[in-house]
Parts: sequence; structure tokens; C-alpha cells
Amino acid sequence: MIDLRDLYQEVILDHSRNPRNAGRLTEPSGTAKGHNPLCGDLITLDVLVEDGVIRDVSFDARGCAISVATASIMSDMLKGKTLEEAHDLFRRFQKMLTGPDAEAEGLDKLEVLAGVREFPMRVKCATLPFHTLRAALDNEPGTVQTE
Amino acid sequence: MNAPAGQNPEILAARDDFPLLARPMNGRPLAFLDSAASAQKPRAVLDGLRDFYESEYANVHRGVYLLSAQATDRYEAARETVRRFLNAGRPEEIVFTRGATEAINLVAETLGRSGRLEPDDEIVLTVLEHHSNIVPWQLMRDATGVRIRAAAADQDGNVDVEAVFREVTDRTKLIAFSHVSNTTGTVLPAREICHRARERGILTLVDGCQAVPHAAVDVADLACDFYTFSGHKLYGPSGIGALYGRLDLLTSLPPWQGGGSMIEEVTFERTTYAPPPARYEAGTPNIAGAVGLAAAIDYVQRFGSENIQRHESVVLKYGVDRLQAVDGVRLIGTPRHRAGSISFVMDDVHPHDVGTVLDREGVAVRVGHHCAQPAMRHFDVPATIRASLGIYTHASDFDALVEGLGKVKGLFQL
Ligand SMILES: Cc1ncc(COP(=O)(O)O)c(C=O)c1O
Repeated sequence: MIDLRDLYQEVILDHSRNPRNAGRLTEPSGTAKGHNPLCGDLITLDVLVEDGVIRDVSFDARGCAISVATASIMSDMLKGKTLEEAHDLFRRFQKMLTGPDAEAEGLDKLEVLAGVREFPMRVKCATLPFHTLRAALDNEPGTVQTE
Repeated sequence: MNAPAGQNPEILAARDDFPLLARPMNGRPLAFLDSAASAQKPRAVLDGLRDFYESEYANVHRGVYLLSAQATDRYEAARETVRRFLNAGRPEEIVFTRGATEAINLVAETLGRSGRLEPDDEIVLTVLEHHSNIVPWQLMRDATGVRIRAAAADQDGNVDVEAVFREVTDRTKLIAFSHVSNTTGTVLPAREICHRARERGILTLVDGCQAVPHAAVDVADLACDFYTFSGHKLYGPSGIGALYGRLDLLTSLPPWQGGGSMIEEVTFERTTYAPPPARYEAGTPNIAGAVGLAAAIDYVQRFGSENIQRHESVVLKYGVDRLQAVDGVRLIGTPRHRAGSISFVMDDVHPHDVGTVLDREGVAVRVGHHCAQPAMRHFDVPATIRASLGIYTHASDFDALVEGLGKVKGLFQL
């Protein structure tokens, strides 16, 4: 059985307490809200996309350590990425958490979240920021729900 | 910690009646503190269901053969058991439903279609309600144009009679409220609310889901018009519950769902409906569920509701005291009268994270909004951790909880 310290690693606790890119953008090109009704996690995420490249990301999150840390690490990694690269990152992240083996290739700092796959009830906490990101990139109105 | 004084030895031994509680959880003894969501089942219920299926099962109210007659007798005997349990006047006043949710929908829909309500009439709820005692009324509001008002709770989670009647106007037609809150454990002054409502000709519906497992309920003494509970929270099977409705109301309200068993005569031009309770039980009911529910009621009544109430209040107070002594724990709701549940939050750790750590320690609690989002808003928290007890809960379960919270603090370096 995986140790809880592998889930709540130092890096995750740090990001959840001091989320990077917290706040809102003044002129985002896309905004979305995400909600996990199961635990009440709520995230509002702004993106600024120019010429197909993510220039800036900011978010406001009220949630558990897993979802806030994911949002924080994700937002750090996204700047400068193309839309295609961002979508690819989400695919890889999902694969790490729910795929047949914990493949973390190309996930860089997000790899610290690999332990979440051992806690099926918590996978949605980690994927909520990415679902919200996807909606923000599409600038979809409404709220993304994890279920 | 020392076991608290005043516990009932017979009830302390009840834990052995629940086979699931012997199952280790993540390598630890299970401390099951989520009975408010659904309670575990005693052997009496499991055996009762099995015996019924093995020796007396058939459809009810249909066959002329002996087996069907016996199954019908068992089904109707279950209704009588529920009637006695709630001290209703007549078995016709007990309608079997899928649970409290279905019962509230039944009342809201039929009342909405009854012609008794006009646009601008009002319904009063409380901020502590479970979504199942909010949303059905909103659906009915959308169909009828009535207004919904919500009575406030104070900062401790008490809902006083005055707070309820502050929302009452000349247009109020119904007050619907939970007897006991599933979030704060608040016991509402149901008797006072119902008596005052009756004096003013206002109907009352009491959601008794979190009350019946913990105390004796007497609908005649309460003077409510409707009362409902779910069997699965009372150690019975899931998928069965009951609605008590005053007979004259059940007789005058329109039918709810249409189908077999709820009719007298059907032609393509016109159908006449059976009297209650059959009128509200269209289709083949949850026959075994009703039998299992009766077995659960028989089971708790062996201990006596008063004894259960006394014993549980000792265990519950122990839990409250222990939690209050934990640094960094804040109780959400400290009502004057409490039954069944304790909600709390921890400084700097989200309830969801607390729940994951506790699970590893074998402690099962509920984290989230408990289907009571307006109550979360009232207390300005996104979610809480809820520990709730049942007849089988021991003080040592709260010891395990508090020990688990120590692990949480260690892990999160608090
Ligand atoms: C106070 C209260 N009312 C209603 C319900 C709904 O019960 P059920 O889901 O069994 O219909 C619950 C259970 O979650 C509850 O706690």
C-alpha cells in the first residue's frame, strides 16, 4: 500500500499553501469555472492565448490540497506552451492517473502527483484544473463539472 | 480514554449484531462513523430478508394462491409495524416509498396538482434542509408559482420556532423541515412548530430521516401532517422508506404515479382510483424491502427508542467533547439539542484531504457538503467533515477519529 507521504509530498503541500499564479487576469482571452460537486472544490481559471500560444494563466481555487496543487503546478508549466502542447499535457496527465501503468513521460513537475492514481476517489480532484483549463481555452460558458 | 459513564450494556453489545463492522479496513479495525449517510445492517434484517425470499415470497395484492396471500400479509404487517413505530392512527396513513426523497416528491407533486395552492402562496423551509427537502418544492414552485422562503439558523445551528414563524405570513400554506439536521445534528423543535402551524391552518411535513434512528417519534403528539423517513438509515434495506400522511389529506390529494394497484376501475374513457395507501403505490412495490424495514424496526424496538436515545446521547457527547479538545478543530454547529451527527472543519486542511487520511486509519467519515449546500453557505464553509453515529457506535470509534486527526496534523505539519 502506498504511503500517504507519497501522496502528500512536500512539493504538493507547498503548492497548495502558496499557489503560484493565484488571482485573476485583467484581460483574459478565455475564462472558465470548474466545480467538483462531490467535495465542493471550486476553481475559476483565466488564460491569455496569443497566436496559439498560452502567454499567461491565473486561477482562483477553493479546494483540497490535491486540486489546488495541481492547478498551481499546471499553471506554472503552461506558460509558453502551444494549445496542442497543453492538450497533450492533459492527455499524458490523465494517462498517468488512470492508465494501465503510471507512465509519467513528459509530465515534468506534474509527476509528483503520480500517487493520486492509488486513490481513485481523488483522481477527479487532480483532473478538475485540467478540465477547467480545457473549457477556458475553448472559452466555454457555464461551469465544468467533474461528474 | 475512559469509557463514558451511563452507557447501556445491552446496546454496547449490539455491535456484534452487525457482521460488516467486523471487517478490517486498510488493515485497521473499522471505525464506521457515517451512519447518517446509511447505516449498517444487523443480522436480524439480513436473515429476515433471506427467510422471506426463501419461504414466503410472491407478488402482493394479486394472486389467489396461498403464497401470494402470505406475501401480502407480510407486506401489510410491515405497514402495521411502521404505523406503530410512528404512532399513526391507521395503517392507511402509511405509504411505502423508495425513501424520503420519493416521499417528499410525492407530497410536493400531488399538492401542486391538488388545486389547493395559488400563485403567491408560500412554503417555508429552513436553511438546514437536505436538498431532497428543497428541490422537490422548487419543482412544484415552477409548476404552481408559489414562493419559497427559508427560515434562518443562528450561528450555533439552532433553528428556533420564532425563526420559522418569522417567515410565516398569511399566505403560508406549508412548512417543511427536517426533524434533525443531517449536517449539524440540530434537533428542531418539531412539536412546537407543528402545533403552531396547525393552529394557523398551515400544513407541515417533517423529514425524519435523521430522527427515527435516534429517538422515538410520535406523529400524533407532534401534530404533523406528513412525516417521512428512509429505511436504509434505520438499519433496514435501501430502496424502501415510508410516508405518513393524515388520512383526510391522503384521501383528498390526487394520485401520484399511475399504474397497477392504484386503481379501482380502468376504461379508456375514465379511471377511478383506489383509496390510500394503494393510491400512492403504483406498480409492484418493494415487497422484500418493506419486510426488511419491519425487521429493522423490530430490531431497534427490542432495545427501546428511549434507551437508544439515552445511550447514544452519552456516546455523542463523548465525541463532541473529544473533538472540541483537539487543537485546530472547529465544530460547525453547536446546537443546544443534538442527535446523530457532528460536523467540523480543521484549520488549514481541506475536509477532502482529512477524509483520505482518516480512511487510511480505518475511520469512515463523510466529507463534503452533505447535500445541504445552503447550510454550507450559512456557515461559510465549502464542506465539512461529518462524524455520525448509530446504535453500534462505541466511544472508541471517536478515539480512533481523534487519533486519525493527529495523523492528519502530522502529515500536514500543523
Ligand atoms: C435529512 C435528510 N433528508 C433526506 C434525505 C434523503 O434520503 P434518501 O436519499 O434516503 O431518500 C437524507 C439522506 O441523505 C437526509 O439526511
